[in-house]
Amino acid sequence: MPNFYNVEFDNALLLGTAQYPSPAILTDAIRHSQVQIVTASLRREAGGSGAGQNFWDMIKGLGIRVLPNTASCYSVKEAVTTAHMAREVFDTRWIKLEVIGNSDTLQPDIFGLVEAARILCEDGFEVFPYTTEDLVLADKLLQVGCEVLMPWGSPIGSGRGLNNPYGIRTLRAHFPDVPLIIDAGIGLPSQAAQAMELGCDAVLLNTAVAKSGDPVTMAKAFADAISAGRAAFLSTPIEMSDMAQPSTPVIGKAFLA
Amino acid sequence: MTVSIIGAGVAGLTCACVLVDQGVSVKIYEQSDAIGSNACSWYAGGMLAPWCESESSEQWVLDHGIESIEWWDQHTSNLTKNGSLVLSMQRDKRDIQRYATLTENHRWLNGSEISEMEPDLSGRFERGLFYADEAHLDSRLALQQLVGYLSSKNVDVQFDRSITVNDCNSDYVIDCRGYGARHDLPELRGVKGEMLLLKSNDISLSRAVRLVHPRYPLYIVPRAEGLFMLGATMIENDERHRISARSMLELLSAAYALHPAFGEAEILEIGVDVRPAFSNNLPQLRRNKNTLYVNGLYRHGFLLGPAIAKLAAQAILDESKFLEVKPCALS
Repeated sequence: MPNFYNVEFDNALLLGTAQYPSPAILTDAIRHSQVQIVTASLRREAGGSGAGQNFWDMIKGLGIRVLPNTASCYSVKEAVTTAHMAREVFDTRWIKLEVIGNSDTLQPDIFGLVEAARILCEDGFEVFPYTTEDLVLADKLLQVGCEVLMPWGSPIGSGRGLNNPYGIRTLRAHFPDVPLIIDAGIGLPSQAAQAMELGCDAVLLNTAVAKSGDPVTMAKAFADAISAGRAAFLSTPIEMSDMAQPSTPVIGKAFLA
Repeated sequence: MTVSIIGAGVAGLTCACVLVDQGVSVKIYEQSDAIGSNACSWYAGGMLAPWCESESSEQWVLDHGIESIEWWDQHTSNLTKNGSLVLSMQRDKRDIQRYATLTENHRWLNGSEISEMEPDLSGRFERGLFYADEAHLDSRLALQQLVGYLSSKNVDVQFDRSITVNDCNSDYVIDCRGYGARHDLPELRGVKGEMLLLKSNDISLSRAVRLVHPRYPLYIVPRAEGLFMLGATMIENDERHRISARSMLELLSAAYALHPAFGEAEILEIGVDVRPAFSNNLPQLRRNKNTLYVNGLYRHGFLLGPAIAKLAAQAILDESKFLEVKPCALS
């Protein structure tokens, strides 16, 4: 079961709260898939003076854990300020730290990310950094105090799945005890299952559910796939082989003829 | 029977028209001093696009939106029935494909068909979706024409009248205050929208155009005399008077991507307001004794105004118990 900053959860699917056809459908999707953690953005909704309070109250009203994020922040300063606002609004030390480096690919500014993570960890935040699958970067994030890593699968909203399964496998092997949450780029339940089969602890997604034709059913499909992928990882899958390995005996047949 | 209507936005005015057409004596009270000066429908795009909207709306919106086109045709003179066009940049073709999958009653156009339909977009798009049965209107002109129609039927439309339900001396009251009724309807939330009004003589369009984009969806609705309405952002907050630099940048960038001539357009107006919405983004009728609340039209004031007005009229005249009529829990 996933465990983040000493809190244990039953469900390894985390959902974003943006882009749904309506708040009612968002609520149904969360309930139907039994999601226990949702992420919510603040930067844009805040407006001039915390004008997004209604929406945040709705998220809080779901009665599940909220992981506020710093989406749309392009600098360390913006991200740190938004994290502080998030702590006040949601009364939590958790922060999903995004420092965006490129407005087109939305990939993280890895230098700003480490700097912002250091500042926030020192300030008592429990940081979930949105990062790449780079091993050295992951190590730096852990050094400055992060206890969870959120490597991307592929660019946000692209639906491409895991661009670099080898990189994810390497992260898993090097940091066997650090919770890994695949964040971004997942489009299909099979891709989420693949991440879990590689040993990731959880998957966070938004677009693949919110923009599907039926978000409620799709959320459940993801929850099922993630659960299946986790079970497969724990069951020690067989290794791939270059030739068939018959499951019934072939003795007595002229298989070498 | 006499009915007082509070609020002269698109909800209040369509309710008034439908009731007057059925011979009811109506009075309208509007707290602001002029038509549209405090109504979010003043900033509406005026697209009557039920099929396009079904990309992210419930079936109810499609079913009830279709009937609105005919109603507006009968009650305004500025309806343009040229269909609507949905386009995307080449790199976002996935998004327009998704749009096609989730909507109906459209056909694919190739580059030359698009050029034929909108000559100024010639050579800019290889593929597009055409929704032939959709229409658009100039929302401001339409509101003014409804007031004119009501005046011709001797309906008293009183501006500068801030009034409560208890002050109304009539058989029924219809509360159409939009987000102004949030204290009576606590589940109501605001969804901020930002729009721009541009003027350009370098480009002309014959129909509403939507540019599909994963992050910056845009629509442009042409109006008379080189005016273009650009909209609209959707932000989950209730801030009524502040456009952010980012929103303006996104709207203008998307318009510029549609056609670079918009880069030289004059910005005539920046509009910001809040759409009243319930959690399922569908409108609701709610009754509390002899007051009927008509609210939650979200971004579908013009698309669903006539339909919800007809339901409101039926609820009052026939005392029918509609599914949409929910008992109102006043806070």
